[in-house]
Amino acid sequence: MLNYLIRRLLGIVPVMAVIAVLVFSFVHMLPGDPARLVAGLDATADDVALVRADLGLDKPLHQQFLTFLGNIVQGDFGTSLKTRRPVAEEIGERLMPTVWLSVVSMVWAVIAGLLIGVLSAVKRGRWQDYGGMVLAVSGISFPPFWLGLLMIGVFSVDLGWLPTGGYGTWQHFVMPSIALGLTVAAVMARFTRSAFIEIFREDYVRTARAKGVFERSVIWKHTLRNAMIPVITMVGLQFGFLLGGSIVVETVFTWPGLGRLLVDSVSFRDYPVIQAEILLFSIEFILINLAVDVLYAFANPEIRYR
Amino acid sequence: MSAVTAPVASAGAESVRSPWREFWRRFRRQKVGVIAGLFLVALVVVAILAPWIAPYDLAAPDYERVLEGPSWAHLAGTDAYGRDILSRIIFGARISLAVGFLSVTLGGVAGILLGLVSGFYGGWVDGFVMRLCDVLLAFPGIILAIGVIAVLGPGIDNVIYAVAVFSVPVFARLVRGSTLAIKQTVYVDAARAIGVRHRLLMLRHILPGTLPSVIVYFSMRIGTSILTAASLSFIGLGAQPPSPEWGAMLADGRSYLGVADHITLFPGIAIFVTVLAFNLLGDGLRDALDPKLKT
Repeated sequence: MLNYLIRRLLGIVPVMAVIAVLVFSFVHMLPGDPARLVAGLDATADDVALVRADLGLDKPLHQQFLTFLGNIVQGDFGTSLKTRRPVAEEIGERLMPTVWLSVVSMVWAVIAGLLIGVLSAVKRGRWQDYGGMVLAVSGISFPPFWLGLLMIGVFSVDLGWLPTGGYGTWQHFVMPSIALGLTVAAVMARFTRSAFIEIFREDYVRTARAKGVFERSVIWKHTLRNAMIPVITMVGLQFGFLLGGSIVVETVFTWPGLGRLLVDSVSFRDYPVIQAEILLFSIEFILINLAVDVLYAFANPEIRYR
Repeated sequence: MSAVTAPVASAGAESVRSPWREFWRRFRRQKVGVIAGLFLVALVVVAILAPWIAPYDLAAPDYERVLEGPSWAHLAGTDAYGRDILSRIIFGARISLAVGFLSVTLGGVAGILLGLVSGFYGGWVDGFVMRLCDVLLAFPGIILAIGVIAVLGPGIDNVIYAVAVFSVPVFARLVRGSTLAIKQTVYVDAARAIGVRHRLLMLRHILPGTLPSVIVYFSMRIGTSILTAASLSFIGLGAQPPSPEWGAMLADGRSYLGVADHITLFPGIAIFVTVLAFNLLGDGLRDALDPKLKT
């Protein structure tokens, strides 16, 4: 197990390195002169030169890259061009709202997806199955931001039950987490269904049934455990989806999270913030994938020795 | 030599129907998929004929009829500028379909070529291409797209490139997998034996075998791409006003929630139904391609 863990950890090093290079070169891929961007359009040539020296943009590229890496390791992501505050602070404030929104969405979505998926698999070919799968394919195709707008129209504007946006109480969580979790719930339902149907075909399930084990016990004891392995993987992959979805949903509900910060930063061309966010999102995504792989290996010893 | 000829002969006897006709025969039985496909064909026709079908001229707003709900004159109502929403949706179909097709074709072709080369040659080429895919897949799709847009600037053209980028690794992996399997077949061995060049071997003998699964992914990716493009336009990074892009129309309607809900209702339906149709078509194609996958 330890061996496997070390191997996997070493495996992400090259991926991280490439991402660091990409995020670093991002500034240099921007059209125009980054120093000019920071100094502002009405800055004089001297000002721009000053900013260039200040940002270290006059140094050779490899030296700039090393400085960049060094700063990141120390948690220094530069200063936001919009607010003139340290990027780390900006992001720090926005982190928890996004984390909470993701967690709440993930929890309901996984529970709902599992229940619908298992029900569909057990009642395969009957109306529950068709109902569940119609729901699932619709959920996958439903634009989350549209669902958000529809809910705001009904529950905030017409009925006045829930706030249209913002962050604070549990009421603020209801609509954003529904909008964000919908796709995940739908994907989970479809995936759980196929995972279960696959395992229902296994010999040991037939044996259990043949020896008269209660159907409920067959489903929850014999099948669930084995079906959970692919399902766990899927949950991990869905986190990436959630990260992406949060950008749109946070915009709809004016949620003070990382997603909306990213959108605002792109509109403002606040590149230090964009850089830091893309880096953060990627690292988060890689770590989640790593966690999934490790869990997977833990559940299925075969993988460890491959 | 006999080991080579025998399976070829038996394979020839089995496939009285060509694989493509067999595929088509099975697909026709997927009722939902066929209906979705027909709907999409109709949508393409509507998009092409938009200037003749749309009841109103996009450039001629009617300031007398602002924010009006659905009526016989304006079946889907009018927006804040008195523009006919149905006409805008019909023109918007051009944008969404074009973005979907172009981005997936662009990303798909690049991915297919990478996958072919990677699977065919193996070794360090394979290692390099697959690591590249790992890195691309390490970014959640929309983040990658936003990164691309941050560099290229907002706009619908750049959305096509941004969305194309994250189709590349998906197709590359898919085609690499099929290539590895097809490389082992007898007919590829035979072609190799008579000295067919590598490029021809890949393009004429291996590529066709990978296409059925590529088509399934193609349909599904178009749905996802249309949704992503609409999301980008909705958050202001894609199509810019006054473009009748569906996501941008939804963003317009945001300010009129509760006052004129129909502005957000109809473009949303358009996105939903189109994406749904692509997904259902993809499901149908998948089930026709491989009945074993139908679970």
